[in-house]
Amino acid sequence: MNTVNRTAGEYAHHFENADHEFETSKFGIWLFLCTEVLMFGGLFVAYFLFSNLYPETFVEGAKYLDWKYGAINTAVLLLSSFTMVLGIYYAQNNNTKKCVTSLSITLVCGFIFMFIKYLEYAHKIEMGLLPGEMFSFAEAQSSNLGLYFSVYYMMTGLHGSHVLVGMGLIFWCILRARKGEFNSKYYTPIECVGLFWHLVDLIWIYLFPLLYLID
Amino acid sequence: MSSAVIDKSKNYINHEKGLWSWLTTLDHKRIGILYMITVMAFFLIGGIFAMLIRTELFTAGKTIVDAAQYNQLMTFHGAIMVFMVIIPGIPAFLGNFFLPLQLGAKDVAFPRVNLMSWYCLIVGAAISFFSLFYHGADTGWTFYTPYSIKTDNGTILLVLGAFVMGFSSILTGLNFIATTHRLRAPGMGFFEMPLFVWGLYSTAIIQVIATPVLAITLLLLAAEKTMGIGFFDPALGGDPVLFQHFFWFYSHPAVYIMILPAMGIISELITTYSRKVIFGYKAIAFSSVGIAAVSFFVWGHHMFVSGQSEVAGVIFSFLTMLVGVPTAIKTFNWVATMYKGSIQFQSPMLYAMGFLFLFTIGGVTGVMLATMAADVHFHDTYFVVAHFHYVMVGGTLMAIMGGIYHWFPKMFGKMYSELGAQLSFAFIFVGFNVTFFPQFILGAQGMPRRYFDYLPAFEPLNQISSVGSWTIGVGFLIGLWVIIHGLLRGEKAPDNPWGAKTLEWQTTSPPPHENFYDQPKVTGGPYEYR
Amino acid sequence: MSAHNIVPFHVYRNVLLALLALTVLTVLVAKPVSGFDAGIFNFVIAMAIASVKAGLVLAFFMQLKYDNKLFLVIIVSTVFFLALLFGICTIDILTRPALTSTL
Repeated sequence: MNTVNRTAGEYAHHFENADHEFETSKFGIWLFLCTEVLMFGGLFVAYFLFSNLYPETFVEGAKYLDWKYGAINTAVLLLSSFTMVLGIYYAQNNNTKKCVTSLSITLVCGFIFMFIKYLEYAHKIEMGLLPGEMFSFAEAQSSNLGLYFSVYYMMTGLHGSHVLVGMGLIFWCILRARKGEFNSKYYTPIECVGLFWHLVDLIWIYLFPLLYLID
Repeated sequence: MSSAVIDKSKNYINHEKGLWSWLTTLDHKRIGILYMITVMAFFLIGGIFAMLIRTELFTAGKTIVDAAQYNQLMTFHGAIMVFMVIIPGIPAFLGNFFLPLQLGAKDVAFPRVNLMSWYCLIVGAAISFFSLFYHGADTGWTFYTPYSIKTDNGTILLVLGAFVMGFSSILTGLNFIATTHRLRAPGMGFFEMPLFVWGLYSTAIIQVIATPVLAITLLLLAAEKTMGIGFFDPALGGDPVLFQHFFWFYSHPAVYIMILPAMGIISELITTYSRKVIFGYKAIAFSSVGIAAVSFFVWGHHMFVSGQSEVAGVIFSFLTMLVGVPTAIKTFNWVATMYKGSIQFQSPMLYAMGFLFLFTIGGVTGVMLATMAADVHFHDTYFVVAHFHYVMVGGTLMAIMGGIYHWFPKMFGKMYSELGAQLSFAFIFVGFNVTFFPQFILGAQGMPRRYFDYLPAFEPLNQISSVGSWTIGVGFLIGLWVIIHGLLRGEKAPDNPWGAKTLEWQTTSPPPHENFYDQPKVTGGPYEYR
Repeated sequence: MSAHNIVPFHVYRNVLLALLALTVLTVLVAKPVSGFDAGIFNFVIAMAIASVKAGLVLAFFMQLKYDNKLFLVIIVSTVFFLALLFGICTIDILTRPALTSTL
């Protein structure tokens, strides 16, 4: 009884009209993004405090990260954000086919990002560049290089898990878009998933210089 | 959409039938009832733990449990009461039920999210209780490092449970902010909202901003325990005090998650039972938001003796005093509302007046603790325990009880036994003071908190305190009887038994599935008594 | 003002190109990559570029430029409270007696 025929421009019973519902949903998502920023914020605060206390450790740690991987991943995520907005753009223009294509490219970008992340992780785990107590890399100069890698794994790990969740949500959007459920009157799910995906991109924009490009 | 004939025998309770319809409901009123049942069950468990703690402390040395069991009792009493009772207590239970009703809305903005938030609480609580099968946790509800890193791994489950329950709190807060902004009835601006809504709105802001920091803190603690990441471990260059910063950045504002909605209820009760328009509506409304904002600037007063720098301590000591300003504004406005009002001593009003008395004691001792020089002496003594119980129990719990009695006729369409409610209040009020006032003295004399044992010299006052705690227990049992008796045998309640003016009293008792038969329109302020 | 804002395609394309260009720039001015050294300003420059990128994503991809300004209030207050957490933690750590730092 709670299902509503969205394609006909209908809406849940407690809203005045479809636009009212759309705006409220976006409001909710923005509040949720606020919580996400603050959750990552704790890690950023820890990053800044530790990098101020131990600058050499952080410079040394960054040397073991390959900036090329980071740069490629940045470009991949930026591209995926672009195709995400295209997904909304085509839904707004009632072009279901191109909407599905755009969202699919976004999903593929997510896979590329995670694959590169996997290569990086595998390489570091092999070298023994592990977090905290598990750190076992013999040639480390700083006595607490493990702390840098704790920061690295926590930040990229939490970010990576968000990428995975975002990919799942985009997949769900693709399935619904293929059924032709989205149109210029109703595309709230893509809009909301899009906002989430852009936030994930936004966090990576800061993580890239902070982790890979320190001097 | 609506049928021609309105059947007024249908309400949200008998709208659909069966347990399944309750577990999958999207109706904010039913979700509120689900929260009521869970919170009451957790309160019973937490209360039993409290009784056991007080009974153990009846005599010095071992009385009924050993030291390790005592630490578990103390930890679970704290964790249950904070995460499962007081934080969801008012917003998720009474707030869920009455926020949309007071706004004249049909539901909260995101009904599915609302249900999900209840399941988060259930799952989180289940994980927490599961830790009892893995040697439990003995860190206290604050999980301070480095001890929490070293202690038994059962702690991880309690930490993860609190993490999941945090999402419940976030989702409720998010829902309430969106509802308040977007779903007010036609004609209701922000300054026509009831003050309970203002309280919930301020609470929701804190829930949304502070809780994510708790989430990351607990996640880091779990990673610390499983992988040894070293964020809080000095051996690896980490900082144990950083844990306290992160923890209290959430947990101090969380104190206001507990008290702000309580203040909202008190505003409703005092104006209703004084039959008088609330004094200083805007001052009360803004002081709610003011408390919410200031609450983020004061967390360091929990850390005066934890190795935080003196400069930070002085800053926090000063900022903490600021909280006293908006709080006092509220108190004076409540007293001014009662002045020359036609006060009715219904049980909700008794609870409201109990709140004023106890909360003022809690607040004034709070200013004593905010003074850094005094806090060095009082820190980690029973003075602190007495202070926050005066605020949390004397404040929040009094407000919850008052709120339950005030809205009971609306929620269930039945009246409760006024005599029983007054008797319950008498036991709770007297028992509460007998329990916690001696603890101020004990604390000032230097009895440390959280210990299983104490010096023989402290025994007489501890025994008074324990007797008081049993009195409170009796009071709450009577309260439980009043509620159950009202549910089963209560007389049918009229739509507006107290002659209150806010929107929820304009619909039937209990309200129909869609809250109102006609969309209410608002033309004036919420408290136009005279 | 309608809730549904259709932004022209070329705006999105230009934003993407700007973002990619800024990514190249941030790599080029990084000392480990190019040897470019502005001393203590290295960090400031990197953060400034990242913030410009973040601003572009927020304004165009996330539609903050066109949408309800309440969303702007949400994000600004979020950043404010984050700065508060960071600021006071920093004050504490910087003003602690030196003996607490062991490494």
